[in-house]
Amino acid sequence: MKKYSIFSLIKNAFNGHKNWDVAWRDPEPKKEYDAIIIGGGGHGLATAYHLAKDYGIKNIAILEKGWIGGGNIGRNTTILRSNYMHDANNLFYDHGMQMWKDLSQELNYNVMYSPRGILNLAHSDAQINSFSRRGNSMRLNGIDASLLGREEVRKMIPFADFSDNARFPIFGGLLQPIGGTARHDAVAWGYARAADDLGVDIIQHCEVNSFDIENGKVSGVQTSRGNIKTKKVGLCVAGSTSILAEKLNMTLPIEAHVLQACVSEPVKPMLDGVVTFGAGHFYCSQSDKGEMVMGGDLDGYNSYAQRGNLPTIQHVLTEGVALFPNLSRLKILRTWGGIMDMSMDGSPIIDKTHIDGVYLNCGWCYGGFKATPVSGLTFAHTIATNEPHELSIPFKLDRFHTGHLLDEKGLGTKTWIS
Amino acid sequence: MKRVLVQKLGLADMLEIKCPYCGERSQNEFSYGGDATIKRPELNSEISDLEWDSFVYYRNNPRGKHLELWHHTSGCRRWFKVHRNTATHEIIKTLEIQEELHD
Ligand SMILES: Cc1cc2nc3c(=O)[nH]c(=O)nc-3n(C[C@H](O)[C@H](O)[C@H](O)COP(=O)(O)OP(=O)(O)OC[C@H]3O[C@@H](n4cnc5c(N)ncnc54)[C@H](O)[C@@H]3O)c2cc1C
Ligand SMILES: [Zn+2]
Repeated sequence: MKKYSIFSLIKNAFNGHKNWDVAWRDPEPKKEYDAIIIGGGGHGLATAYHLAKDYGIKNIAILEKGWIGGGNIGRNTTILRSNYMHDANNLFYDHGMQMWKDLSQELNYNVMYSPRGILNLAHSDAQINSFSRRGNSMRLNGIDASLLGREEVRKMIPFADFSDNARFPIFGGLLQPIGGTARHDAVAWGYARAADDLGVDIIQHCEVNSFDIENGKVSGVQTSRGNIKTKKVGLCVAGSTSILAEKLNMTLPIEAHVLQACVSEPVKPMLDGVVTFGAGHFYCSQSDKGEMVMGGDLDGYNSYAQRGNLPTIQHVLTEGVALFPNLSRLKILRTWGGIMDMSMDGSPIIDKTHIDGVYLNCGWCYGGFKATPVSGLTFAHTIATNEPHELSIPFKLDRFHTGHLLDEKGLGTKTWIS
Repeated sequence: MKRVLVQKLGLADMLEIKCPYCGERSQNEFSYGGDATIKRPELNSEISDLEWDSFVYYRNNPRGKHLELWHHTSGCRRWFKVHRNTATHEIIKTLEIQEELHD
């Protein structure tokens, strides 16, 4: 791999940028691999990268039914945070936050990591209390958090509705200063390029239809481009997990739901960090191009359609306008949707399965983008050593049996209520 | 016909759900209640932890036809069943709550 640098940029500028290397190869699938990762989203790419880099497994393929970056990795609103309540989530996601800091250097690819803060707004005394509890839980785990009062919040977002007419007046907020955003496409492309450089075959337009299993052990996968042998298979298919699990005779504590997001026309800089509305479900940040990036509730019914309906967009934007009245003047440029693997306690699953050599990575709900690096790290560990990584022990599937659930929001199994 | 086509192609900008009691209304009036095929284990019967877990947490989550519960929250406030395609959002049929689906 030729390193990207200021010098390579200058050099290539002189010949009209015509001689850049391809970022990753487009190989034909081999007959056999030491490990196969299904799904070329963020988690699959990061997993293959860590398998090759940390565990020296070189003969790896990523099988992607579409193209790299076409799934949720290219559809999310790019928020990075580790402002959780439960220790397990705090420690896991914060390990991820530390990995984001060096990711551009590590991958030699600018992922545009931008830790400009995430502010969760509170609109009642009770919410302030619960945020202070969450903030304390974060601080006990060594994660910086500050509870802000109304006036401190007003300094950060003066154009929010601080009038007497506000239906849900702002009481304050919980700020995680290192929360922020990164460019999601760059994360996919950066991992793809780095994994390819370590010898990983990225095979696009290759759908896995089923598995070859002998005596409780996996021996290969059946794909749209033929059968491929392997002894280890990692599932990183996000919203499509239940479909493949069915081929393994597994039912999972997961429902597929559509989550939409939208962007406005670009405007001059108005919002620095990420802000979430606490009296409903609306969040917002501003992209480098100036678009307001906005999202909120799930559409709220099982869906594999990768698109949602307008009532949800309208509902989410109504909340947006309640918070930031000046948004009402903006035009929406695009809306889109992605399929979320909603787990029944809202937390992810990283584990082995009842079939030898088949590993499971799913249940990311609407928060898996920020976990991309740490998910790759821990899932690669599970695949390579057949044991959970110490950070991912709490995310084993058997918690739904033992009762050690990680239900951050206390929503029970109705995760679509978000 | 047009409506069916629009729903099949996913061009509809909202779901139109036919409440068996009130007729066709916009999605805004309804709330979702999840998989309608889940059966609560019989009361006072001896069941394993595994059976209880599957009732509480495990879902078939199919891509395609799905029988599900909906509540006409801003209407008659009754629960009913909807047979809907999760890949296209096409609503195949709606049923009263006690009705079984005969495919
Ligand atoms: C609108 C929206 C907003 C979001 N906002 C945020 C956010 O702000 N912060 C955050 O942290 N998270 C967010 N998320 C969630 C996050 O995007 C996901 O949790 C995460 O991207 C999932 O992991 P992934 O990148 O590996 O998934 P994907 O990119 O979906 O990767 C899965 C891949 O598997 C492939 N696949 C499926 N089946 C097969 C098969 N049979 N054979 C081969 N390949 C297959 C798919 O084509 C897909 O490319 C958001 C999601 C959406 C949709
Ligand atoms: Zn009704």
